[in-house]
Amino acid sequence: MSKILMKGNEAIAEAAIRSGCRLYFAYPITPQSELIEYMAKMMPKVNGTFIQAESEVAAINMVYGAAGSGKRVMTSSSSPGISLKMEGISYIAGAELPCVIVNVQRGGPGLGDIQPAQGDYFQATKGGGHGDYRLIVLAPSSVQEFADMASEAFDLADKYRNPVMILADGMLGQMMEPVEFKPAKTDAELQELANQHLSWCICPNADGDKKHHHEINSLELDPQVLEKHVLDLYKKYAEIEKNEARYETYNVSDDNEVLCVAWGTASRVVKSAINEVMKEGKSVGLIRPIRVWPYPYDAIKQAIGKNVKKVYVFELNSGQMVEDVKIAVEGKVPVDFWGKLGGVVFTPAEIKEKLETCF
Amino acid sequence: MTTEMICAGFGGQGVLTIGKFIAQAAMQEGKNVSWLPSYGPEMRGGTANVSTVVSTEPIASPIVSFPDVLVALNQPSIDKFAHSIRPGGVLIYNTNMCPRGCQREDIIQIAVPMNEIASEIGSMIVLNMLATGIIIGKTNIIKYETLEGNLTSFLKEKNPDLLAKNLAAIQRGIEIGKQYA
Repeated sequence: MSKILMKGNEAIAEAAIRSGCRLYFAYPITPQSELIEYMAKMMPKVNGTFIQAESEVAAINMVYGAAGSGKRVMTSSSSPGISLKMEGISYIAGAELPCVIVNVQRGGPGLGDIQPAQGDYFQATKGGGHGDYRLIVLAPSSVQEFADMASEAFDLADKYRNPVMILADGMLGQMMEPVEFKPAKTDAELQELANQHLSWCICPNADGDKKHHHEINSLELDPQVLEKHVLDLYKKYAEIEKNEARYETYNVSDDNEVLCVAWGTASRVVKSAINEVMKEGKSVGLIRPIRVWPYPYDAIKQAIGKNVKKVYVFELNSGQMVEDVKIAVEGKVPVDFWGKLGGVVFTPAEIKEKLETCF
Repeated sequence: MTTEMICAGFGGQGVLTIGKFIAQAAMQEGKNVSWLPSYGPEMRGGTANVSTVVSTEPIASPIVSFPDVLVALNQPSIDKFAHSIRPGGVLIYNTNMCPRGCQREDIIQIAVPMNEIASEIGSMIVLNMLATGIIIGKTNIIKYETLEGNLTSFLKEKNPDLLAKNLAAIQRGIEIGKQYA
């Protein structure tokens, strides 16, 4: 299939449908509205269900209900709307249901503005909702990767029966880049995907035994039983941490004197700056976490070669991922941070200036 | 080889479309492209701009700080972006909407009365395709034939008259741009 020039918001919607998403519930918000608009247009054409819910809270609870059927279900929003969904996300994680949540981040806190930001890192990776739970969090940095992450997210959600968040931002949502889609899943493939959930999901009993039923629930009043449930969740999270960390290296070598760490949109700008400082004969590498939970601690630890004098973290927030970087670095070299706030995106020239001060 | 471009003007002048048609054609010709619009609570009459990058290499940042080409359809666009054009870069601007022009001497300035020419061709709507033609004539960033094909499939059924005017505007723009090539 040839490449199409498409906005990130539209590309993730198309890719989700191709991955077998037939249930989508959301409420509009800038800068992700093209996503819900695309779903409104396309879902009827694939016999899917699109509902513009009365609120974000309603949308995530529709996802909760629909995910109980074992079918592929998705919602999307932008930062303030994602905050509203947090109660439901905690319930879904507690009930161990697969679903995909897209966050096209904007400037915060509060209603903030509608420009690209990365201020929801803590919310996505450290909690956001109440209780002990984890989301698998994918962090795209291009329109192509945003689209590719749709099937990846659904597969991970199915495999671990866990909500998966795709943590993008306004720039990735609004920008157009060439994108190539994977072929759409056939009805037979979708049936096969749904069948993997027959042991737990809400569905007609194949054996006709009416007493046999499945329960979807996040309430457990017996503390001993709840503790065991949460311990089981954490066994699952440990498995995810062992298997699912992903990262990209850019120009990482033993010669690096500075190692940058950046994710999503910020990493694109850092790459441009690295290209510029390389022309001056300075050696700077970049590690880009492709998934921000589980976090690639080992990759960062290993990339600190003998020459790295400093690790420099750049984010479009006040310094959130930098805490994970510090955990990875274990105090071996200084970790510095610089970021922009409120929806302001730093330029390659600004990052270059920061990198030059390291030499 | 990388060309970084900013197109700017009033909302409704079609600046985002300039970037989109160039990005799409360049993609079809095998280049890497990115198209990053300004977005916000904007409306017709407000300001609009788009950063377009066309490259033979993978594109790192889609954010353009120092454009090789600035297309300014009104004076506020010159005031906002002309200072950032790379030395030796190109400023293409609409003299009918830019009374003060630009004072820089270290760049190539292509000053064109775009409103007048668009009216001559018969529709103000084609002003953005005139500007696109000028970009092609000056930089060869895409082939005319690729753009013609895309416009034709987009407009042939819907509005053949507008298609003819758009193609006339692009050709006129290419002639103008070539004088500076």
